[in-house]
Amino acid sequence: MAFDSLSQKLGEVFKKLRGKGKLSESDVKQAMREVKLALLEADVNFKVVKNFIGKISERAVGQEVMESLTPGQQVIKIVNEELTNLMGAEQSKINFSPSGITIIMLIGLQGSGKTTTCGKLGNLFLKQGKRPLLVAADVYRPAAIKQLQVVGEKLDLPVFSLGQQNPVDISKAALEHAKKHGNDVLLIDTAGRLHIDNELMDELNNIKEVIRPDEILLVVDSMTGQDAVNVAENFNNELNLTGIILTKLDGDTRGGAALSVKAVTGCPIKYIGVGEKLDNLEPFYPDRMASRILGMGDVLTLIDKATSAIDLEKAKQMEQKLRTQTFDLNDFLEQLTQIKKMGSLDQILNMIPGFSSQKLKGVDLDEKDLVHVEAIISSMTFEERKNPVIINGSRRKRIAAGSGTSIQEVNRLLKQYEQTRKMIKRVTDMDKGRKKGRSKFPFIGF
Amino acid sequence: MGFFDKLKIGLSKTRNNFTEKIDNLFKFAKKIDEETLEELEELLIMADVGVEVTQRLMERLRERIKDENLKEADEVKKALKDEMKQFFPKTRMDLKPPSIILVVGVNGVGKTTSIGKLAHLLKQQDYKVILAAGDTFRAAAAEQLEIWGQRVGVDVIKHQEGSDPASVLFDTLQAGKARKADVIICDTAGRLHTKKNLMEELKKLYRVCQKEYPEAQIISLLVIDATTGQNALNQAKLFKETVEISGVVITKLDGTAKGGIAIAVAGQLDIPIWFIGIGESINDLHEFDSDVFVDAIL
Repeated sequence: MAFDSLSQKLGEVFKKLRGKGKLSESDVKQAMREVKLALLEADVNFKVVKNFIGKISERAVGQEVMESLTPGQQVIKIVNEELTNLMGAEQSKINFSPSGITIIMLIGLQGSGKTTTCGKLGNLFLKQGKRPLLVAADVYRPAAIKQLQVVGEKLDLPVFSLGQQNPVDISKAALEHAKKHGNDVLLIDTAGRLHIDNELMDELNNIKEVIRPDEILLVVDSMTGQDAVNVAENFNNELNLTGIILTKLDGDTRGGAALSVKAVTGCPIKYIGVGEKLDNLEPFYPDRMASRILGMGDVLTLIDKATSAIDLEKAKQMEQKLRTQTFDLNDFLEQLTQIKKMGSLDQILNMIPGFSSQKLKGVDLDEKDLVHVEAIISSMTFEERKNPVIINGSRRKRIAAGSGTSIQEVNRLLKQYEQTRKMIKRVTDMDKGRKKGRSKFPFIGF
Repeated sequence: MGFFDKLKIGLSKTRNNFTEKIDNLFKFAKKIDEETLEELEELLIMADVGVEVTQRLMERLRERIKDENLKEADEVKKALKDEMKQFFPKTRMDLKPPSIILVVGVNGVGKTTSIGKLAHLLKQQDYKVILAAGDTFRAAAAEQLEIWGQRVGVDVIKHQEGSDPASVLFDTLQAGKARKADVIICDTAGRLHTKKNLMEELKKLYRVCQKEYPEAQIISLLVIDATTGQNALNQAKLFKETVEISGVVITKLDGTAKGGIAIAVAGQLDIPIWFIGIGESINDLHEFDSDVFVDAIL
């Protein structure tokens, strides 16, 4: 779409101003226009954008930018800081009731992902050593109860349901049930609604009155457009939210809704849903979301993932191997498995700044290629992996047959390996010429 | 109640009504000046029309104001309406039974519900309809479709959760042929358009239709949630590349969302909007009429 990355756009604006020495007010204004458009493209609500731009302009027109040598960077820094501030300075956790049972109500529009999120939260709490009980209070949507039951079964979590009865009664009974059976977290999956529906809104209020929840979490689809503000405002006015969960962030949405929702309710975003699997729920980091909305990638999450998936000891060994140029196909395979541990390829690439999915269109991101590579290397003998030069025609044939690929594919892999090796050689040679550099993650390079 | 009234009511439920604002804007601005136009631009963006399409619309509107020397608010409003109407490709769903309708979209947009309503609509037009519970991924999706099947009174073919959707489709196609169904509607699991292997799975479903029922007309129907923002454009683009989207259903238009994204999708990607969902009852799927839609939101 129009904005691959704000930094790029701002770069263009300021390029024209190079050599001017100082920025005038109208220069800043032009930059602000780019910021504004970027935010609107990311689906941040118009009013929120307007307020935000006002705030930013004040800071930008001030000395901070004028005296800086790289005004573009400076503006982005300010925007990023203010965005992060606006989204809450730090992470926010669930408030567990100090004594007894923590009651959490999940509310939201139809199709925002309440039932799935309910399961994911249950799973998370279970891992934290709690004993959650899922409560099926969506009695309207066909098969909603059944859906929660199936989710509960998968996770080995108890699900409380009373069929299509009054949701208030169900909630009350669920609380009794939890007391009797020693459950310490109650997760209530309520019916989805269009917030204009007063009848259902009343029902939520009634549940709230009766069971007095510790948390009322609004589940919001991260792809929501300008309307996110109205949704959040309405729910907040009626029910006093305590937090927000953003779902479906594993797509390519910029997620401007996050900002809108936070801005109008003032409630912290507590978790984000990043996949269809029941463990795809992550804590929310305001700074990372800010970068995403601005289309600047999410390097921090990437580094997080890398450090959690990659064995430091092995990384050091790898670095050594690269330096001494004894990097063979065994190591190549090792790298592949480490990368795979970090998640799917497109997920990883999406986090790299400038690597928006639009840009990647020409690049064929086939996970299958990785699988093939793995199969091919696995079909080699240890000796072959260590010393690929010995792989002759008949060995190639055997490897292709063993991995279920073609000789051409085996050839391609060997060629790629050869090229990578040459490249590494060049880089390390260059490095030696300079001072000793430290590349912490050599594997991201190839 | 006609489509127009229904739509008006659907849209008027909201407090911060877009239509009302536009009306006010034109009412109080007797003369059209730059400030009014800027305000209009804001209103369009706030209706999710998107920056790009809004700018294109405003450009044309400015040209017309200049060329035709438009001064009165009414004239400008009419010009804007004209321009907007021209954004929509004007085709309707043209069933030539036997037909297979593949219903696709991201998670939670209302595919299953729309299928229930569509089945009802088609049944009333005397088509024999059969449904395929092709969402084998989400827990209880097949049950949900089955309940709709009972409500409408049409057959539903389903397998167990986790089975191959292609085999469900295959069985439904066989059943459709044997039972002489006019229209086979296939539900699919919600998938984000960025998930490559899930999109491949969708392609496979399309191929199964082509191979197993070559004489049938294949229609791919994309379901978009009216509350979706600019991401809907990415959705439509990628689904179109995967399964040749023939038309779009916009759902949940009875919320406060204005569904301006419909204009963006239709205008930027040249995909016709065929149906809109504006309510929760079985009768609440309507054929889309772009002229009426534009009149209702402006």
